[in-house]
Amino acid sequence: MIGIVDYGLGNVRAIANIYESLKVAHCLASTPDAIMAADRLILPGVGAFDGAMDSLSSSGLLDALNVKVRDAGCPVLGICVGMQMMARRSDEGQREGLGWVNGEVVHLASTQRSNAKIALPHMGWNDVQPKAGHRLFAGLDDARFYFLHTYCFRPLQDGLVIGETAYHGTFASAFSRGNVYGVQFHPEKSHHWGVRLLANFAGI
Amino acid sequence: MLRPRIIPILLIRNGGLVKTTRFADDKYVGDPINTVRLFNEKQVDEIVVLDIDATVRGREPDYQLIEDLAGECRMPLCYGGGVKTAAQVKRIISLGVEKVAISSAAIERPGLIGEIAAQVGRQSVVAVIDVKAAGLMRGNEVFTHNGKVRTGLDPLDLARRLVAEGAGEIVINSIDRDGTRTGYDLALIDTIAANITTPLTIVGGANSHDDMTSAIARYGVIGIGAGSLFVFKGRLRAVLVNYPDPDAKQKIYEAGLTMGGHAAP
Repeated sequence: MIGIVDYGLGNVRAIANIYESLKVAHCLASTPDAIMAADRLILPGVGAFDGAMDSLSSSGLLDALNVKVRDAGCPVLGICVGMQMMARRSDEGQREGLGWVNGEVVHLASTQRSNAKIALPHMGWNDVQPKAGHRLFAGLDDARFYFLHTYCFRPLQDGLVIGETAYHGTFASAFSRGNVYGVQFHPEKSHHWGVRLLANFAGI
Repeated sequence: MLRPRIIPILLIRNGGLVKTTRFADDKYVGDPINTVRLFNEKQVDEIVVLDIDATVRGREPDYQLIEDLAGECRMPLCYGGGVKTAAQVKRIISLGVEKVAISSAAIERPGLIGEIAAQVGRQSVVAVIDVKAAGLMRGNEVFTHNGKVRTGLDPLDLARRLVAEGAGEIVINSIDRDGTRTGYDLALIDTIAANITTPLTIVGGANSHDDMTSAIARYGVIGIGAGSLFVFKGRLRAVLVNYPDPDAKQKIYEAGLTMGGHAAP
């Protein structure tokens, strides 16, 4: 059972609809019990870092999530701000992140290597160069995904990045660390490529 | 490579989809959910849904319809219409919408866009600017309330103000070209595109794939919006939901870039 963490942010229904069409067991997890019962979790998100952390804190799901992800090793996939919350901190806000992965969230302009004016937010369909052979990107060597963000993940140790995207430079558009996975783009809004990625996660 | 976005713009009135000409003369297009399903199959880049009754009638957004649309969309959804407060934006985002469009409220209340961006992030805040030639000199001027209320504002001045306040995207909508299929108002768009770096989406007048190619050639990575083009076929405006298939879309991108459009590095 995939628990789609329902804390009032992010497109839980679009994710649920995709798993419905794939005939993969899933539920909207809005209680600690539902979190504990899941064998995989998805942490979606749209919005600003502090707002998302506040929503998650006030949802009453944080303790269950920490137990499940940190102690029980449950596979979890963070999407967009859901991914960013998994880091230690963010340039976008004051709140502490979940700290499930050794990285931080920085402004995209800090990754810029071109002299051209960078249009922000980074908005639209872009390529992801996956790390060869990673299961989350099986069958997705030539995929594109929808991005909508101004901040991005920066790893603070080697070996975390499993997908990179070029935009006036290069940033980490996907990471994994043990059971913790994050993608900056929106698979639930990325047509068949996103469906495939969500199917891949269900099989991890 | 970040690609230009080709975006159907859908208008809602009385719970149904309509298409206007110069913001009037509605023609019924169909049921919103069914139309979104058709656009799902066509793998559209993004979709914009504007409730054109809400502000004019002073009513709240139709949250049930928004939730249904968001759940159905396999592509990002931008909703606009009747949005006046940060609390409404938060609620709409919580229904699974990626972006919320603000127009008259942002113009009437300086600071509103900033308040909203602080709560949901600027990437989800879209400012729609409706423009029409007006006055003795027929200069471009910003209008609200479906083109009925003059603001006296210059489109570029307003675009700059809203970007400074925190808008993450500007949509420039030409009322004079709406539904006419006479091509984009390039003179209007030139003034905006040359002066802001925030993502820009253009709407009003698109008639063909060539118009989209030309827009990419001229403006590079841009949002290319169209209404009539994607819901009508022929001069009699027979309803037919359509959109370039993946090969045709790729050709539009490539032709636009070959003709001089700047790709993002």
